[in-house]
Amino acid sequence: MAKRLSLFAAAVRLVAGKDLRLEARTRVGLAQVLPFAVLVLVVMAFALDAESELLVRVSPGLFWVTVTFAAILMVGRSAALEIEPGVGDALRLSGVSPSALYLGKTIAVALQLLVLEAVLVVAIAILYRTPLAGWILGAATLLTATAGIAALGTLLAALASSARGRESLIPLLMLPVLAPVLIGATRATDAALGTSDGRQGWPWVALLAVFALSYVTLGALAYRPLMEDS
Amino acid sequence: MAAYHGAPMAPVVQLSSAVALLGRFPVLAGIDLEVDAGEVVLLQGPNGAGKTSLLRVCAGLVRVVEGNARVLGSDLAADPSIVRRRVGYLGHGSGLYADLSIAENLRFWARSATPGSGHPDAEIAEVAQRLGLGGRLDALSVSRLSEGQRKRAALAVLVLRRPELWLLDEPHAGLDRAGRDLVDELIAGAVVAGATVMMSSHELDRARLVAHRLVTVAGGVVTDDRPARRG
Amino acid sequence: MTTAHPTHASEEEASDSAGPTGTGSVATRVLGLFILVGGVLLAALGLALTDPDVQLGERMRPIYVHVPTVSAAYVLFVLNAVGSAMWLWRKSRFWDQVAAAAAEVGLVFLGLTLLTGAFWGRITWGVYWDWDARLTSTLVMFLAYLGYVALRGSMEDPAARATRSAVVGISAALLIPLVHKSVDWWRSYHQDRTLFGQLDPSIDGLQLFTLFLGLSLGMALAAWLLIHRFRVGWLAMQAEEGGLDDALAARRAEAASAADGVEVEAGGVADLVAAPPAEKEQP
Repeated sequence: MAKRLSLFAAAVRLVAGKDLRLEARTRVGLAQVLPFAVLVLVVMAFALDAESELLVRVSPGLFWVTVTFAAILMVGRSAALEIEPGVGDALRLSGVSPSALYLGKTIAVALQLLVLEAVLVVAIAILYRTPLAGWILGAATLLTATAGIAALGTLLAALASSARGRESLIPLLMLPVLAPVLIGATRATDAALGTSDGRQGWPWVALLAVFALSYVTLGALAYRPLMEDS
Repeated sequence: MAAYHGAPMAPVVQLSSAVALLGRFPVLAGIDLEVDAGEVVLLQGPNGAGKTSLLRVCAGLVRVVEGNARVLGSDLAADPSIVRRRVGYLGHGSGLYADLSIAENLRFWARSATPGSGHPDAEIAEVAQRLGLGGRLDALSVSRLSEGQRKRAALAVLVLRRPELWLLDEPHAGLDRAGRDLVDELIAGAVVAGATVMMSSHELDRARLVAHRLVTVAGGVVTDDRPARRG
Repeated sequence: MTTAHPTHASEEEASDSAGPTGTGSVATRVLGLFILVGGVLLAALGLALTDPDVQLGERMRPIYVHVPTVSAAYVLFVLNAVGSAMWLWRKSRFWDQVAAAAAEVGLVFLGLTLLTGAFWGRITWGVYWDWDARLTSTLVMFLAYLGYVALRGSMEDPAARATRSAVVGISAALLIPLVHKSVDWWRSYHQDRTLFGQLDPSIDGLQLFTLFLGLSLGMALAAWLLIHRFRVGWLAMQAEEGGLDDALAARRAEAASAADGVEVEAGGVADLVAAPPAEKEQP
């Protein structure tokens, strides 16, 4: 049992390492998705007339909407890697269990998203002049919400990867089911930043954790049939 | 673990009346074929005859919807995943990540078979070297390689995985003379090591020399099956 | 022994619909008649014969339609999840078609629910929409199943489509209670009572009967639409496929034509490029 678990963990590490290495080689996330996300923050400021009080008040929501947009691009890219010619066959022949593949890809997406979020937090502090506070609650929110977004996105992007119009299908499938995470993350961030009572943040973090866990379980179970019938 | 039980002469591939569909089209229309351990079988036939599908069925990549299919002793209908990790399949797509280097691809695909152990860098470098991918090439990303070099890299993955059944779809295509010789050498080596080989090829003159058996496929069925004239 | 024949197992399951050329049957016609008669009765009862509600007054009346549509939608989405699970478990194409039909019909009913709800909101609260917890989660659910239908529409391969949409169908069914719960929390954070807190109709006998009639009619209409939509899907599938036996025979016939030689030379193509097209016309 312990041996199988360590084999599984090794496979997860292998897949996550492979995806991160691909990002390191191509820098699509760093050179395209990250600037896009910052641009969204700027455009939001145009749309809201750069009214600084309003920007501070809505910055938790804007932050998570921006993260979601970036995540949609990232998971699409992550799924596209696996549909290069022959790669799908090679994966099925490789012996890597579908759940390990799923978890590895989810972890790689989550790590990239966390880096992106760190930059966006700084960008919001500077551009919107949002005072940062509540670091522990904030970090817990980032971790749990990111896990949920990455877990759900990785599953749905793989699912849509062979469909026509997958670029628009991914957000269409993802956003409704992600609604609770957006709500929870925004509320918890509100609490962390002191726009609302700080103690009200932790129940939301707990909810985010529940969602992350359900999405991960769902993905780990669903990935096998997805790979079989491609 | 499904044991490869039975007598040593139990066929490695055992298809009877096997039907396989691609979408709704019957690519295999009731095929009968037995391949024994250590054989080298050459599949020939016109384009669209079902050669590729036959190889993919044997790899457990295409489901058999009717008839029986056993490969390496396990029933493909029951669980193709057992067969998959024991076969090596060289298809039309290289199965390599275009943005990783050859070395990185080899490391990933070799280690994915045995996560957490095996395939030290030295072994991988050695295989790459022997297949003509050593030195500077090793660090080049696959997207910058020629068709033939990609094929060599895909072959290197097979070598590292040491499959019991080699399924090669037009292994000679796109390779230079040295590369085609390399394929023949690998096939011979695999047989010496006790593996079985099935391949399709349009390079009949060359492939006939390494094959033991010529199987002609047309319209999704076997139309001819005879020993090869060995040179 | 190869026993798992996904294609054939499911054909046996639905052998009763192997031959029909249309989507109607005696049963559906009887059901249709019941719905028509019941619909007239419901309109009479709901619009005129029942008394207005003690608190809501005339605004009670849309409830007779609103509650049935939403109940039918929920039943259909549960059926979608069941069909999805049966596809994943048994590779049953019958159940895959049931899941597809249930999602589409469910979407219609949920759309009607949102629409009647909006009108009810307009006459009761003065607005078509409010970010009330129940409204919001219903809208989210509607959008989730729109995604399901869109996914089905954008894939060709039947097995891949069935598996992928089954995963979406099951996830939607599992996650929607959680969505509902979180939206509940979200709204209760802002306000103490939901707008539905006002709704406390005291129902008399005839009103109860009307509501019950509405519910039965909703379910009957859902079943009627489901059966027809399913049969359309099933027939379309049969038509696209033709028989497997015919396809196999045609495929094997290719072997005969290729038997003359492995390298079949196609009558020569040199003339296609040997002369410019204009000159080729000349005798």
